Amino acid sequence: MIGLQHFLVVSAILFVMGVLGIFLNRKNVIIILMAIELILLSVNINLVAFSAYLHDLVGQIFAMFVLTVAAGEAAIGLAILVIYFRGRGTIAVDDINRMKG
Amino acid sequence: MSYIDSFALSLPEIILSFGAIVLMLAAAWMGDKASKAISWVSVLLLAGAGLALLGPAGSGGLGYDGLYVADPFAAFAKLLIYVGAAVAILVAPGFFNRDGEMRAEYPVLILLSAVGMGTMVSAVDLLTLYVGLELQSLAAYVLASFLRRDDRSAEAGLKYFVLGALASGILLYGISLLYGFSGTTSFVGVAAAMKASMGSGLLFGLVFVLAGLAFKISAVPFHMWTPDVYEGAPTPVTAFFASAPKVAAMALTVRVAIEAMGPATGEWRQIIIFCALASTILGAVGAIGQTNIKRLLAYSSINNVGFALFGLVAGTAYGASAVMTYMTVYIVMTLGSLICVLQMRTADGTPTEQIAALSGLSRTRPALAAAFAIFMFSLAGIPPLFGFWPKFMVFDALVRVDMWPLAMIGIATSVIGAFYYLKIVKTIYFDEPAGVLAPSRSMIEGVLIALAALFVSPLGYLMIGPLGRITQTAANALF
Repeated sequence: MIGLQHFLVVSAILFVMGVLGIFLNRKNVIIILMAIELILLSVNINLVAFSAYLHDLVGQIFAMFVLTVAAGEAAIGLAILVIYFRGRGTIAVDDINRMKG
Repeated sequence: MSYIDSFALSLPEIILSFGAIVLMLAAAWMGDKASKAISWVSVLLLAGAGLALLGPAGSGGLGYDGLYVADPFAAFAKLLIYVGAAVAILVAPGFFNRDGEMRAEYPVLILLSAVGMGTMVSAVDLLTLYVGLELQSLAAYVLASFLRRDDRSAEAGLKYFVLGALASGILLYGISLLYGFSGTTSFVGVAAAMKASMGSGLLFGLVFVLAGLAFKISAVPFHMWTPDVYEGAPTPVTAFFASAPKVAAMALTVRVAIEAMGPATGEWRQIIIFCALASTILGAVGAIGQTNIKRLLAYSSINNVGFALFGLVAGTAYGASAVMTYMTVYIVMTLGSLICVLQMRTADGTPTEQIAALSGLSRTRPALAAAFAIFMFSLAGIPPLFGFWPKFMVFDALVRVDMWPLAMIGIATSVIGAFYYLKIVKTIYFDEPAGVLAPSRSMIEGVLIALAALFVSPLGYLMIGPLGRITQTAANALF
């Protein structure tokens, strides 16, 4: 029988993978965008699992909001990435260093 | 409560969002040559939204089935937000017009961000909190990268986006835990669950939510984006970031800490104490070696957020009113000094951000030099100026709850901060002139600087009475 804690563990693992994906990745900004999606989806697993466990619809509605906002966020992130690439000709993480201090 | 009543409660947000949609159509239809008209209409809309706060939107209570509240606390925060947004729109043309036309989307994005901030400060449910925060952030990411052909602006936008999205993710994870272990998303429900039993699930939720919010107010250890974003973003946008979103996020943090996590005050107080101390110290130390004035002001904003958090540490109504007083005076000082930065143009009109360019300003532009010096002394909290009063209030709030060791450490850190503010004053008044700055072209900027300087001058003390009453009413709404 798969219980609530199994879902929470999966979601926690995905969340940690997403955070590590942002900090350990030294190659490509696109991977960071994927890591952000991973974080948001791990939250959705949490919300839906709690919603089912509590017999309360709010969690599922919340998950819908998160999905919608995540779509908008990805669109804006990619748009910023495009203007960045136009100016610099690279999207390697190590090259994002115009400002320091 | 019917939906019409709920609409009346959120009238400022309705005015701003409908106005923003209409103006966006106008911007698409008429192009950038309409940007001047669109800017002025946006400022009028912000004024209209401010006026709407006098009605039920100012103190009407709960609406939308307990998702949204219109209370004096939210109304006061919204007033500050609208002032910050209006100033950011007013000073923009002078900056953007130098390389081509000002783009008409700028005021629209500020308006949408203001809608998000209004939703944030009125949130009494985790869902409203999240939607408001995202609406504010998504507009802010675009604003940071607004100068599309400028490398630094695009980089600022990218950094802000990645770290901002990470912070929303952390905040959301916390929200999901709070929801799961309390069974509800309303602040009151979460507080009731915490009162019943403070389990480790709720504790984890509390920590994650506070971490996400600490990012939005740029408190240490979640401050690393601030200097880069403030430096890279166009200066009017920096002025916006340093004022309105800071107030909104700070008001939201206060509301979440007191309304949703009130029974867990002992738990969050430790986190806030750490953030406050680390922010004041790191903000002061980090600013010392800076040569770029916008970067320096970014560290100054980290430092100031730390001081404002001291008011929250007290956890009393007086402490909350001290936080709101602090934010009021802080946004005036910050907006004033960033408009002064807008005045920094070399003789051929290119903007400069080097502190060295200010050398000997007192001989070439005495009025601007005096205003700059007033803002710097006030940010340092030196007594005859109004910047001293909010610092006094937050430490007074600490002493009233017998946390005087913390107050003493806080006062000691403000001495470190005074060093770099005074260094700028020294550059302005005692260094040899490095070159002549171009004369000001904008009447509006001059008027705004004069108003801000007047507010933080000793004349500001005349406002202690009314300001104290307003912030006290606002803070009482939370308890």
